[in-house]
Amino acid sequence: MEHTAPPFFKRGPSLFARLSFFSLLSLVLLYSDARFHYMEQMRRAIAVVLHPLQRLADFPGEVGERVSDFFVTQSSLRRENERLRHENFVNSGLLQTQQALLAENEHLRALLQMRARIERGSLAAEILYSARDPFVRKVVLDKGSSAGVRQGAAVIDSKGLIGQVHRVFPWASEVSLITDRDQAIPVQIVRNGLRAVVFGLGYDGALELRFMPLNADIHNGDLLVTSGIDGTYPPGLPVATVANIEHNAAYPFARITCTPASGVGSHRQALVLGKGEALPDRPPPAEAPKLRKTKPARAQ
Amino acid sequence: MIRTPGPGRAYAEEILLPVRPGYVALTLFMAFILNLLPLSGVSLALRPDLVALVLLYWGIEHPRQVGFLPAFGFGLAVDVADGSLFGQHALAYSGLMFAAIAVHRRVPLFSARDQVLHVFGILLATQMIVLLVRQAAGNEFPGWWYFLASVTGAILWPAVRRLLRMPLRPRVREEEI
Repeated sequence: MEHTAPPFFKRGPSLFARLSFFSLLSLVLLYSDARFHYMEQMRRAIAVVLHPLQRLADFPGEVGERVSDFFVTQSSLRRENERLRHENFVNSGLLQTQQALLAENEHLRALLQMRARIERGSLAAEILYSARDPFVRKVVLDKGSSAGVRQGAAVIDSKGLIGQVHRVFPWASEVSLITDRDQAIPVQIVRNGLRAVVFGLGYDGALELRFMPLNADIHNGDLLVTSGIDGTYPPGLPVATVANIEHNAAYPFARITCTPASGVGSHRQALVLGKGEALPDRPPPAEAPKLRKTKPARAQ
Repeated sequence: MIRTPGPGRAYAEEILLPVRPGYVALTLFMAFILNLLPLSGVSLALRPDLVALVLLYWGIEHPRQVGFLPAFGFGLAVDVADGSLFGQHALAYSGLMFAAIAVHRRVPLFSARDQVLHVFGILLATQMIVLLVRQAAGNEFPGWWYFLASVTGAILWPAVRRLLRMPLRPRVREEEI
């Protein structure tokens, strides 16, 4: 047999040496990726090579979906059509009032000599699959930089904010969900305008409102929408509803958990929002006070 | 090498055809594509890591055909496809290949059913490496269901082994019998 070669034949470095070499190499890669994000170019190159394979793996599912679409019954189609027509009717009513409000808002802004809001373009994309790594909350969209997706863009579905574009490949893009660990989103409570920052916890179906004082005016069922002060997320997108508030006098802050508004698992369409207004330049560092990234916006 | 038939040795000394590197590459490739299937929910939790299984098979049966380099390379590819930390699966698969080569004289002495325990241990260790890397990076423990992939992988081992061996069985012509 081939592995019984006598020791005087050359067999290369020992097993342990090879293990150490490859372990060290992967540890270096891990460290440089986790700390310094040096590996993005290489990652992009590998992702381009993997793209056709991914499409190949998606193919059976797509065929199955098409076949089941073909055999859909007339009654279910009619029911869906009726439901959509009803929704359309309701939405067009809302849209009419919104048009009037938009015009009024523009007029008021002109009166106050404020900067006009910049219209954001949007791009419809389909969710290809959710990441298979149980440690990350990500989905992969079928549009990439070739379709104009940009890193950092907000992604929404019909109910609210899904997440943010994290990595862009030529024909696909990775979206970090709002439930991803330490994904921070500046929000505002609709009821009273209180500003806060909501954090992902790293598992599905829960977000946390951190650094809110015990006496903050927050109730169960309050809707949180993006406040837009970071310039990344446009203002007014529904993010979550407050689900549970825990007051423990031992801690300076209340423990507030929320449930996300969007249904990431339930549908496959998503909308990538375009880049918004450019932020003004940062003040020179000498004058700027030191700001930490995770510092929340203070409640008024 | 002289092999003494162990008590549980169900397989007769079947002499398989020599393995071509192309066949090894093809099986790894197929396993990788199967790993890319867009699953979610329970099926995702139960999904065995087929790349790890196939690497393990070749590492045990033909340690000279695969080495650390394919394990490392496929690990990087899995990392990019999953959007996880760059190198976590490369590290885990390097450890898997080490374990496979370290036990490659011992495991084939057992029947396919008895090999399952060895395989389960190695797959579990591979997952533990990934878990440790993620813990070091600050992620939370996802829950005990995380290790289900090792269980299903070990259960699938006899089937995977038989499947990979199938094209290597010598073809016996009718007229020779």
